Amino acid sequence: MRRLWAKIIGLTTMANLLLIGIASAAGPAAAPLVIVADTRNFTGWEAWWTNLYNESHILFALLTIVIIPVVGLMFGLIADVVMNWIGLDLKHRELAEH
Amino acid sequence: MEFFYVLMPIAGVKIFWPGLIILGIGVGIIGGFFGMGGAWMVTPGLNILGFPMAFAIGTDIAHMAGKSLISTMRHGKFGNVDYKLGFIMLGGTIVGFEIGAQMVMWLERIGQVDKYVRYLYLVLLTLIAWMVFADVAKKKRKDREAVAAGKVVDKLSTGIEWHKTLHKIKIPPMVHFKEAQIYCSAWLPIFVSFLTGWMAGILGIGGGLIRMPALIYFVGCPTHVAVGTDLFEVMISGLYGTATYTYKGRTELVAAMIMLCGAAVGAQVGTVATKYIKGYGIRIAFGLAVIGCAISIILKMLAKAIPAYGGLLDGSATVLILGLVSAMSIYIFVRMLAGAKREIAAKKAQVSMAG
Repeated sequence: MRRLWAKIIGLTTMANLLLIGIASAAGPAAAPLVIVADTRNFTGWEAWWTNLYNESHILFALLTIVIIPVVGLMFGLIADVVMNWIGLDLKHRELAEH
Repeated sequence: MEFFYVLMPIAGVKIFWPGLIILGIGVGIIGGFFGMGGAWMVTPGLNILGFPMAFAIGTDIAHMAGKSLISTMRHGKFGNVDYKLGFIMLGGTIVGFEIGAQMVMWLERIGQVDKYVRYLYLVLLTLIAWMVFADVAKKKRKDREAVAAGKVVDKLSTGIEWHKTLHKIKIPPMVHFKEAQIYCSAWLPIFVSFLTGWMAGILGIGGGLIRMPALIYFVGCPTHVAVGTDLFEVMISGLYGTATYTYKGRTELVAAMIMLCGAAVGAQVGTVATKYIKGYGIRIAFGLAVIGCAISIILKMLAKAIPAYGGLLDGSATVLILGLVSAMSIYIFVRMLAGAKREIAAKKAQVSMAG
């Protein structure tokens, strides 16, 4: 068990150090903020999305705050199905202290 | 390697998408387990991955809203969310947050706001860590004394019990919170949420880090209910934050969605883990996370004070935060897995006995 923990900790430290390196390979972080999205590189839904951003921040914001909870709800429901399938009791827990 | 990078439509930067998923999983586990948004972990992580700071904050808040919704749903099923308490506290949090934010504007005009905010943050984290570990030490002492006196150790014993004194204040209206099993003046949670919201507003954080211990030590919630109710608050404030940041054009929905894929899994793991770890286990892990957060802030302050080693100290702070997220996530995941295994084995044994 101790060896397993040593391996896990070692791998985690390495992954943390490597992740920064790999992420940096994409190039330096863009310092200037993009106020107008560049639509030239996109087609399909991405082009529509960037155009929406450029045309109306209100619509863009409204759509975002609808999409986020809907996707969250969907993921939550899917997880419910998976957890039930595994056989975990998801309705009871022991009150450990007050 | 190109496959691992995705061009963000709004921010216009190429991002290493597996990094987003890993970050999502880690912060999902920790958020679901401790009942907080985890902006202090995600924002530097997103910044490292290449997001400009303003987009990092907006994207973090957007994913936080979705992730907290998933965790709240799961905690709600366990009976860990006191919605009545959550709604009452929401008012105090919003008013407190706005006043805190206005105070920061006022402090900005005086100057050196950043320095003072960091000091305040550090003092607050030290106090929280002290509170958690003093509580644990007191509980252990009580248990030891019970054993020495030949009494049975109370499984539901607690250390610090400030909430019992606060519950004696009977200013009407008195309210009964069913899930939290508390009967107190409605003004207590309103006042506590106002204070925590005010501090969160000054510090520019979501507030889960402060609200969770405040719910335990001042309002008197059991740890699990504090975690669940706090997540409910994080969900509402996350949605509000998403709306304002997105309206200002500072949210990258594609990145938030990618993170949400990981966070959805992580949130489930973190939330289910609370079923197998006792309240004091959660408190101790939380205290350690707070200490890690405080050390990273000290490193960032040192980086500013000693520019010659600025890069090294800043990098160390980031590695520390990411290391902390990884270590805690792995610990919680392993404990959840062990607990789930035990539960399934027990169920199988019951079925075979009945058969």
